[in-house]
Amino acid sequence: MSVYMPTTVDQAVALLAQNPGACLLTGGTDTMVEVNFNHLKPGTVIGLRLVSSLREYTITPQLIQIGAGVPYARMETGPLAEALPALAAAARTVGSPQIRAAGTLGGNLGTCSPAGDGLPVLAALDAVVNLRSPRGIRGVPFQDFMVGVKRNSRVSDELIESVSIAPTSGYQDYAKVGVRNAMVISVASVCLVHDRHTASVRVALGAVGPTIIRAREAEAWLATQVDASTSLPPDEAVAIEFARRVAAEARPIDDHRSTADYRRHAIQTLTRRLYLRSTK
Amino acid sequence: MTDTTGFYDLVVNGERRQVRDSWVGESLLYVLRERLGLMGSKGACEQGECGSCTVLLDDEAVCSCLVLGASAVGSDVVTIEGLAPHGAPTDVQLAFVEHGAVQCGFCTPGLVVAVHHLLERNPDPSAIETREALSGNICRCTGYGRIFAAVETVVALRKGAGK
Repeated sequence: MSVYMPTTVDQAVALLAQNPGACLLTGGTDTMVEVNFNHLKPGTVIGLRLVSSLREYTITPQLIQIGAGVPYARMETGPLAEALPALAAAARTVGSPQIRAAGTLGGNLGTCSPAGDGLPVLAALDAVVNLRSPRGIRGVPFQDFMVGVKRNSRVSDELIESVSIAPTSGYQDYAKVGVRNAMVISVASVCLVHDRHTASVRVALGAVGPTIIRAREAEAWLATQVDASTSLPPDEAVAIEFARRVAAEARPIDDHRSTADYRRHAIQTLTRRLYLRSTK
Repeated sequence: MTDTTGFYDLVVNGERRQVRDSWVGESLLYVLRERLGLMGSKGACEQGECGSCTVLLDDEAVCSCLVLGASAVGSDVVTIEGLAPHGAPTDVQLAFVEHGAVQCGFCTPGLVVAVHHLLERNPDPSAIETREALSGNICRCTGYGRIFAAVETVVALRKGAGK
């Protein structure tokens, strides 16, 4: 086993090209659990902690770009939290302060768990995942990036470098249900984004399917009911029907964390709540 | 660039320490305890749930069980031993003892590191901020009340000393 600690993206990409299939590691909050419990014996590790450019983000009126190595702690407050309140809300629900100091958005994308808290936010914001390889940069819309449970469309010599997000104008938030308040893995989660620019309300669901699910049919139905280019109406009946339609698009399963029925119920409740909050 | 196959050096508590003949997949917690003899950081869950292995890595409080030891090359590691370098307890440790916040003691090193980190960032935390900052450190003895009382005492003492 070898561990490499590059300090630039170019070095990291070159190392990955020489060691395709190497384990890319930043915070370690997923990978080291696997290693500690002998579920994973990585051959080659490329540690990205010292690649400072991956830990940067930029915010302009046209585009928000977040480096793959930005830890959750830096999404919770400050400029990123102001620009992306839903991402801040999701980041605050991840693990403990220790986990949020180490865990990164790039790690969330690399692991690609359906319960990953950052992922419904990226789906609802129509984020693009930027993958760097010796061939250059490939931008993949999140919806095409995550292809299954812990599976994504990154090929073995590509490095997750950043995500790009077009700023939206309007309410956005993330809500999740877990077995307790702190340090909990999602049983079901919802991200709702209202964007006046594109006159859209976008909803993404976590932990209720093999991938993050965009409730596109419900979104299309809502577009026939409300004018999203302005403030959304605080209409309880619309909220209830929208939530019912969103929950119908969930594809939950029974597992050790919850039942499919409860998950669908939770999605419905969280969606109704977020819709009504968005109208305030 | 560092290829840490086999042998590597870490900077722990301000000292360069050699790690030799280790498997490079070992966690920083394992390296600290079993390779460098620093037994202060405790291992319990090995999955980032309990916080008893909390150390400072480049001034961030993290679970050392989730840091690949070899990936800490080039970073500053501070353990509970480094907070009280000459054996004299810190104000946080004294306050823990005074308030009975140390019972079985297993969680104490991680909590003390987390409290030092909190007060470094935020010298006058609200009750909610303290609870949030310590939410990643599990204690099964005290019910936390004594720990929060110890934090309040340290905050008050440091404010007094600053005047």
